This record gives sequence, structure tokens and C-alpha cells, in this order.
Amino acid sequence: MLKISNVSKGFNGKLVLEDLSLELEPDETIVILGPSGCGKTTLLNMISGMEKPDAGHIEFNELTVDSPSTQIAFILQDFGLLPWKTVLNNVALGLKIKGVAKKERTEIARRQLKDLGLQGREKDYPPVLSGGEKQRVAIARAYASDPKLLLMDEPFSSLDAITRENLQDTLLSTWKTTSVPYLLVTHSVEEAVFLGKRILLLSGSPSRITGVFLNEDFGRPDFRQTDAYFRLIRTIRKQMGESW
Amino acid sequence: MKQIKKILIPYSLTICIFYFLWKALALALTREVLPHPEDAVGAFILSLATMDFWGHFVASGFRALMAMVIAWVLAFPLGIAMGASRRVDALISPFVFMTYPVPKVVLLPVILMIFGLGDLSKILIISLILGYQVLVAVRDGVRGVHPQYLNSIRSLGANRFQLFLEGYIPAALPHGFTALRLNSGVSIAVLFFVESFATLTGLGYLIMDAWGRMDFDQMFVGILGMSLLGVVLNESANILEKIVCPWFLQQRK
Repeated sequence: MLKISNVSKGFNGKLVLEDLSLELEPDETIVILGPSGCGKTTLLNMISGMEKPDAGHIEFNELTVDSPSTQIAFILQDFGLLPWKTVLNNVALGLKIKGVAKKERTEIARRQLKDLGLQGREKDYPPVLSGGEKQRVAIARAYASDPKLLLMDEPFSSLDAITRENLQDTLLSTWKTTSVPYLLVTHSVEEAVFLGKRILLLSGSPSRITGVFLNEDFGRPDFRQTDAYFRLIRTIRKQMGESW
Repeated sequence: MKQIKKILIPYSLTICIFYFLWKALALALTREVLPHPEDAVGAFILSLATMDFWGHFVASGFRALMAMVIAWVLAFPLGIAMGASRRVDALISPFVFMTYPVPKVVLLPVILMIFGLGDLSKILIISLILGYQVLVAVRDGVRGVHPQYLNSIRSLGANRFQLFLEGYIPAALPHGFTALRLNSGVSIAVLFFVESFATLTGLGYLIMDAWGRMDFDQMFVGILGMSLLGVVLNESANILEKIVCPWFLQQRK
């Protein structure tokens, strides 16, 4: 459904991403693993339509991506919640922009918040929320407008370890119920292995895909306790040591 | 109730301290120049029952309020446009920053000659001074909006109009109100200046007239009246800010 063909992008004459191609299937999840500054965010910006590639082509459901659309939800690195809107209005913002009537969008947003265990926080403003709560609001907002693809830019990097695992579980269970494919970028190997059905290694300057790992046991209950989980982490670490 | 308490306690405390300082000063100055606080306040309270005082108060209040409204209506949108668009900013900001250091009040004679001696000139000079403050504060405020917020709105598929509605405008509101509130004192000061001639109404006139007649009690009626007006304007801007920018309230808790 998402098709990226030979995309390159540079800034100020310096190439950041070179000749990158990948495809995402409707029942899949992809995690892109790479060091800071490797162009992961740039890639997501291009897929969301906020930036244009210098060369190459991005297609979503057979249509060229050239501007942001409600089909693709994007969770930004620091959650992108607006401090001047209540939690409820933040979640409903995508629907408001889409032109959904107030009553309907409020109802959807309420349900979405409830699903993520945030009922009672509707009238609060984001600055008083904890990091984990903010992340939940961001997830609620992303799902509220019924997207066909979810993009996430290091969504859990600013959370403490326990909250992070908690939210990774939330994300995974949400994926299982909604089956909206996601593409997540991170610099944490553990996160990549836990959340990615396919894991792509991005490195070099300019960055290219230097490794592809299929995660056969992805989505299994208690995956974090299994040998397969640790084995894959070790394999990826080894490859990273060679290519970074 | 809580809100009222929050305003009342600091004000009454300030008034108490002020009273003692004033009393001490009045006792020290044996001449008739400074009336004792109870005399001045007594005269002030008595005048509160007169139509004459309220006529002056309303005249001054109208000028100050109109000036604030005009300054806001012109400067707030312009400030947002400058903050949001590099092109608009490049066009307008050289003009703004070159004229910024000019003390606008010296333009009063020019404005008086163009717009006459009436209320319009008085209001315009105050809105000119206030407008600059609001303009610069809003422009800088909008420029300082974290790009992540704007990206977040854009990523939801917002068009340019929606970006202003959901992003730039709410981000600019507190900056505009803060500028308005902080400069309400300045507008009262200018009000006093413009009311000191070519008019027979307003608290500034009341002060100057009483001063000329050496009626110091009446002079303090005017001074206290202007202080009251300052408090009213400052608190109204404050309350308005809390209503329009409720997110600011929760953050300060």
C-alpha cells in the first residue's frame, strides 16, 4: 500500500538519504532503526507529504503523496500536542480539520480517549500531563481520524523505561485490534525488535538501507521474555557494529 | 469567590502599606502641599457620589478603552502576519523597527493638527503607543512558536487558513494580552498628558485644574481616580486574558 521508490533527499547541497526504496504491506509493521541524524525524520516527513523528495517517488494506495492527508497519521517526536487546546480538542483536531461536525468529533475523541485509558482527562491541557499520558493522547489523536497508515517518529524516546514498555504494549494491542499498519523510526534496538514485523537498518552518510530483518515471532505474547527476541537483538547489534 | 480573594488581599495589603508611607510623608512635609491621606481619601470617597467625578472618569475610561481596542484590532493581526510570513515581515519590519525608538508622544502636535483637538486625537496617540507594543510582542511571540506545533497541525492536513486558526492565533493571544496589560500603565500616563490641555473633561483635566486652583484635595481626587482607572484597565485585561487563554491558567497552577 505504501511504495517508496528510489527516493533521495538533501539539505543545503548535502545528501541525507540516497536511493531509498521500500514497500509496506497492509498487514505489516516496519521499524526503521538508525542513529540520530541519519535522515529518519526526513523520511517520515516525506511520507507524510510535508516535504518533497529531491528524486524518486512516494505512492500511497496508488496515489502520489505530495501533501499531508488525513489518510496518513503522523505522531511527531515530542507528540505535537497543542498546549492551547484541551486534551479532548487535541484529539478531535484532525477531525475538525477534516470538517467533521462538532458533536460527532467530540464523541469520537471521547471514545478514543477512553480506549487509551484517559477518561477524566478530557478538559486538561497537555502541559499538565505526564510524558506517558501525552503519548497516549498523541496516539488517540492519530487513530481518531481513522487513518490508513500511522507514522511515528521516535515516539517513546522521552519516556522512562517502564512507561515506555507499557506504551509499546498499548501500541501493539491497538495494532492488533485496528490492523492499521505503522512505520516507526527509532534508535532503540529493543523497541525495533518488539514493534517491527520488518526491521530496516538505516546508516551511512548519505544514509541507505544497510540491513533488513524479518521478525517471524513478532506480536507473540510475552515476546520480550523469549529467546527469539534476544537472538534477533543480538543479530541486529552485530550487524550494527559492522555497518555503523 | 477565590478569584475575588486573590485580587482583594494583595490590593488591601498594598493600600495599607501605602497609607502609612503617605501619612509619614504628610507629617514630615509641614506645608499644605500634601494633604493627609484620610483627607484625600475622604474627598475622593465624597466625590464618588458626584456626577461630576464620574463624568470625568467615564470620559477618561472611554478614551483609554477605545485606544486599547483600536491598538489591538490593528496590531494583533498585523503582528501575526509579520510573525508568520517572512515576506510580510521583510516588508514591514524595517519600518516598524526604525520608528520604534521614536517617542510617539512627541507626535501629538502633528496628530492634533491633522485630527483636531477632540477625542479622536487623544485616542489615536494612545493607540499608536500601545499598538507598537502589541505589534512587537505578537510578532516575536508568533516567531517563537515551536515549529513542531505547526508541523503537527500541518500533518493533520490543515490548509493555511486552518493553520492560522488552530496555530498562530492561539499562540499569539497570550503575547498580545500581556503586552496590553503591561502597557495599560503607559496608556494612563499618556492619557494624563493628553488630557492636560484642550479639554474640559477627563481625570487629567481634573488634576490639572485642581492643581491650578491650589485645591490639593481635589487634585488627589483626580490622582486617585486615575489610579483607580489604571487598576480597572489592568485587571480587565488580566481577566480577559484568563477567559480567552484558559490554558495559561492551568499551566500556572
